[in-house]
Amino acid sequence: MKSDRERIVITGIGLTSPMGNNLKEFRDGLLNNGTGITHMEIRHMGVVAAGICTFDEYKYQPKKMRKRGTRAGAISIFCANEALLDSKIHFDSVDKNRVGVYLGITEHGNVETENEIHDLYNTHNLDASFWSHHHNPRTVANNAAGEVTLNLSITGPHYTIGAACAAGNLGIIQGVQQLLLNEVDLALAGGISESTQTFGIFAAFKAQGALGHHDDPALATRPLDSNRNGIVVSEGGAVYVLERLSDAKKRNAHIYAEIIGYHSNSDASDFVLPNTQRQIECMKMAIKKAGIEEKEIDIVSMHATGTQQGDIQECIAVKEIFGEFKNVHINATKGFIGHAMGAAGALELAGNIPSFVDGYIHPCKKIENLDPQCNIPGLVNGEKISHDVKIILNNSFGMLGINSTLIIKKYQ
Amino acid sequence: MLTNEEVRSKVLDIIADIALDDDVTTIKDDIALRDQLELDSMDFLDIVMELKKRHKIEVPQEDYSHLASMQSCVDYLAPKFNA
Repeated sequence: MKSDRERIVITGIGLTSPMGNNLKEFRDGLLNNGTGITHMEIRHMGVVAAGICTFDEYKYQPKKMRKRGTRAGAISIFCANEALLDSKIHFDSVDKNRVGVYLGITEHGNVETENEIHDLYNTHNLDASFWSHHHNPRTVANNAAGEVTLNLSITGPHYTIGAACAAGNLGIIQGVQQLLLNEVDLALAGGISESTQTFGIFAAFKAQGALGHHDDPALATRPLDSNRNGIVVSEGGAVYVLERLSDAKKRNAHIYAEIIGYHSNSDASDFVLPNTQRQIECMKMAIKKAGIEEKEIDIVSMHATGTQQGDIQECIAVKEIFGEFKNVHINATKGFIGHAMGAAGALELAGNIPSFVDGYIHPCKKIENLDPQCNIPGLVNGEKISHDVKIILNNSFGMLGINSTLIIKKYQ
Repeated sequence: MLTNEEVRSKVLDIIADIALDDDVTTIKDDIALRDQLELDSMDFLDIVMELKKRHKIEVPQEDYSHLASMQSCVDYLAPKFNA
């Protein structure tokens, strides 16, 4: 039996997604067939489908600091401030030395580097003396988390966790670990992505034959559908306030959920192709660490990016573990908002958390022609269902073979 | 040939684009910019870069002190604008 100091809970959520700038808006879209995917014009590529966020960049930071910083920083600052407000913690009286910022990122610096190179070639005739002195602080890998500390005068540790598209989960896991190690008393943890600002990620997915497209942007990514043709790149962020249960109780905080288990492992098999067996091992180990049984899980939130092979391999893994348990329901988020990269895991977890209270499981975006190889028991397709949800398992996987599974439980 | 007032106007345009949250219309020319605006060393590097980008004016590092106030900016930059 764990003591309250050894139990980590979520007490605040701040997010921006292509389908809403707070948890309520995001959840409404998931329950009511919303979409956050639009067409946009991008340098060298023309029109692409993408998920763009519309939050107010200046809500929590002055114009000069926004100009000096990055889109990744702006997303992070917005989400962190929203999370703290949501937690109702009296942040002014919190010891800032004991606050840590841990943000998962897929990649960082490409946006700024592309812009600088573009200007260097097109405006400055390759004269490197025009290269911005802002380049280094904008592109260092800790940028997003560092901007949060500058904005909120946090003097505890900050860094980002580079973990491809598993990063959202890994940011949260890092926060949990640092709390358990007693390195901090409060963690701002999650994942963010500004990937839509760089043409390179779109061009690379296109070259890979994995860039989702359709005349109707809402159909540009269709995870688990026979007609799926790839990923839609999105931006976004979700930051959580994490605390020890003992601290949360002390201040009578609203507790969204308890993080009861997690695991991360590596495929060690391919740069981009996922590995079903390693995914199975990752989920099983997280379940074991959580001290629960497979049949107790109510929702498995799939990574499901909309690529041909990735969806099939994850479905095989999920079916093998959960196929025989009627209590387990399967959903996925990327059909609504695209693939928010470093934010994906954290955002997708957030979208399911309200089910503890509202009693619904949000569906996958309507799958018109379910791929027979993705026809797994418990799939919630197109329409929300009522269910008394107590445990959620959240998967996020990424390139270079990185897998992560996070399990949360309704706090009672 | 730019007048000192025209040089001041061009410098002010640059400062306005850098000190985005400040009111630059009340700048007193003989008081250090740092004492009137929220400017730090990175902002001064931005001013140097914008002079180079917009007006092809180079300010070597040893001359950065000439950018301390609006008056010293105008005194230092007028000959460069008119060179």
